[in-house]
Amino acid sequence: MSLTDLANPTRFLSLTTRILPWLAGLTACLLTLGLIQSALAPDDYQQGATVKIMFVHVPNAWLSMFVWGVMSLAALGTLVWRHPLADVAAKTAAPIGAAFTFLALFTGSLWGRPMWGTYWEWDARLTSMLILFLMYLGLIALWRAVEDPSRAARAAAILTLVGAINLPVIKFSVDWWNTLHQPASVMRMGGTALDKSFLIPLLVMAIAFSLLFVTLHLAAMRNEILRRRVRTLQMMQASRAGSV
Amino acid sequence: MRLSGRGLKCVRGGREVFAGLDFEAASGEAVAVVGHNGAGKTSLLRLVAGLLTLAGGSIELSGGEDDLPVAEQAHYLGHRDALKPSLSVAENLSFWRDFLGGEATDPAISLEAVGLSHTAHLPAAYLSAGQRRRLSIARLLAVRRPIWLLDEPTSALDAAGQQMFAGLMTDHLDRDGLIIAATHTPLGIAARELQIGGGA
Amino acid sequence: MSALGSIIRRDVRIALRVGGGALIGVLFFLTVVVLMPFAVGPDLKLLARIGPAVLWLGALLASLLTLDRLFMADAEDGSLDLIVMSRTPLELACAAKALAHWLAAGLPLIVATPVLGLLLNLDGTASLAVMLTLLAGTPALTFTGMIGAALAVTLHRGGLLMAVLVLPLSIPVLIFGVAASQAAISGPVPFGTPFSILCALSLASMVIGPFAAAASLRHGQD
Repeated sequence: MSLTDLANPTRFLSLTTRILPWLAGLTACLLTLGLIQSALAPDDYQQGATVKIMFVHVPNAWLSMFVWGVMSLAALGTLVWRHPLADVAAKTAAPIGAAFTFLALFTGSLWGRPMWGTYWEWDARLTSMLILFLMYLGLIALWRAVEDPSRAARAAAILTLVGAINLPVIKFSVDWWNTLHQPASVMRMGGTALDKSFLIPLLVMAIAFSLLFVTLHLAAMRNEILRRRVRTLQMMQASRAGSV
Repeated sequence: MRLSGRGLKCVRGGREVFAGLDFEAASGEAVAVVGHNGAGKTSLLRLVAGLLTLAGGSIELSGGEDDLPVAEQAHYLGHRDALKPSLSVAENLSFWRDFLGGEATDPAISLEAVGLSHTAHLPAAYLSAGQRRRLSIARLLAVRRPIWLLDEPTSALDAAGQQMFAGLMTDHLDRDGLIIAATHTPLGIAARELQIGGGA
Repeated sequence: MSALGSIIRRDVRIALRVGGGALIGVLFFLTVVVLMPFAVGPDLKLLARIGPAVLWLGALLASLLTLDRLFMADAEDGSLDLIVMSRTPLELACAAKALAHWLAAGLPLIVATPVLGLLLNLDGTASLAVMLTLLAGTPALTFTGMIGAALAVTLHRGGLLMAVLVLPLSIPVLIFGVAASQAAISGPVPFGTPFSILCALSLASMVIGPFAAAASLRHGQD
């Protein structure tokens, strides 16, 4: 199975029909396992039970950046290789990425609540994540603004790549801005040596959430391909001569 | 019903388009406004529709319903289609039927008459130029108005479409309607010519 | 009545479909509010103090930004000619369009306010106060902004010119909106005083706006 085979949307559909149930099952199993392990993990001596939010927060935060990476790759696919599935992948990844980013923000805010006494602190990590969230929303708005997906694809691809280049700059600027005003984040993970009892559930959860992304993304891509087919069929129907 | 204009004068952007123009039309009659480009065909229609202000002269309507002004008894079919691409064909038509009000026809019947039934649920964005024009024509049927002001109505229509539209115009005249159409091409119905701008 | 209902339904539908601008206004609001701490620093006490003002400014700019196209789209595709000609009085049609715009673009801003209040360290009371004042005040912004949108159509110029025309007109709304929010949060003026004036401004603009817009649309047709 080479990349060119996958490029064919029909083959993509039939392939995903076969693997999606397995993927979904595997994701569910791993997620359950990860959640049980997280629940059984010991409390932190400083943060108490709230530290367990980490097991959800960290995978989501990681994925929020990973998805932008996936979209950048897809953007290259649109602009350079003109891969027929690239813009489908880019378009469908954006809402999922936005959802992961939102979950990371939400859990981060819950995590910070007992530490800060407020739900929101302009902490460097969370603030960068908020900007990433805004960029996701902007990208979704761009996709929604143009009815013809192939026309929106190039604009979105350019914006995605510019965003990818800009993200480190934004991250650096926010860190710099933040250190001017306040001390470091609470969202450190116990320095370099994270205890094994934390590390294993965290890894399981990270893998489970990554699989969740793959599952959701493939399913969303299927929907988008089918949606585009419906659109083409409708346009063909419109151009059919009516009975006068 | 009788629609007439006396000594009409139209000034646009400081330039006099025409002056001293008279016209007259009665129920069951079609008037074809002809003249070279820039002679003021569109301006005349917009004057009658009340979309431009008269610089001189007067337009009178006698025998119409309930003393309504001409604009409210008229359909205006301009160059632009007044369609929203994101709404479906049926939604576009139903909106104009509900908004314009008055004696209304089922949108499905109007769509059938212009040969667009098969597109009713599709977004108007998918329509071709000729189909968009047909949809605008369906608007004329969706709500009854005795006066039709048509600006190049047959542009973008294919031969079958022009024939269909000629039939619709004939029906309208038979129901004591009145048509004023600005046109370069023959309308396909018997119409009195009104030459403006001193010959082509 | 059904004519007005149909125009409201149509405009809300268009705003919510692909290519419609309803949610972009909220996104703009969010972005403007998020920018503020980068300019003034993440001092939570300071943010809580200026929070209502920031939210009001954001809402003002967001509702103005989306108003730009209120009549322009209808003018471009010829719908406006038919609306002017119709049996519905143009003033009422304008009011219906403004109401539809407020439903699609103004109401989401108010719904988003508590979330943004969280970012600006506003407590529950303060967020509620800002929401309430926005609920009373944003109609005034829409109905005054409508005049600018109508002028923009007749002048065939949109965007910045409209902002320059309309922003000064919305100063009273801004003053009493922020004053009422502050009154609810910290006093010393009773909340009722500026809030009543804010409501009065909204009601007055609902009368003046449609008439002014209709007048400029009627005479600007060319």
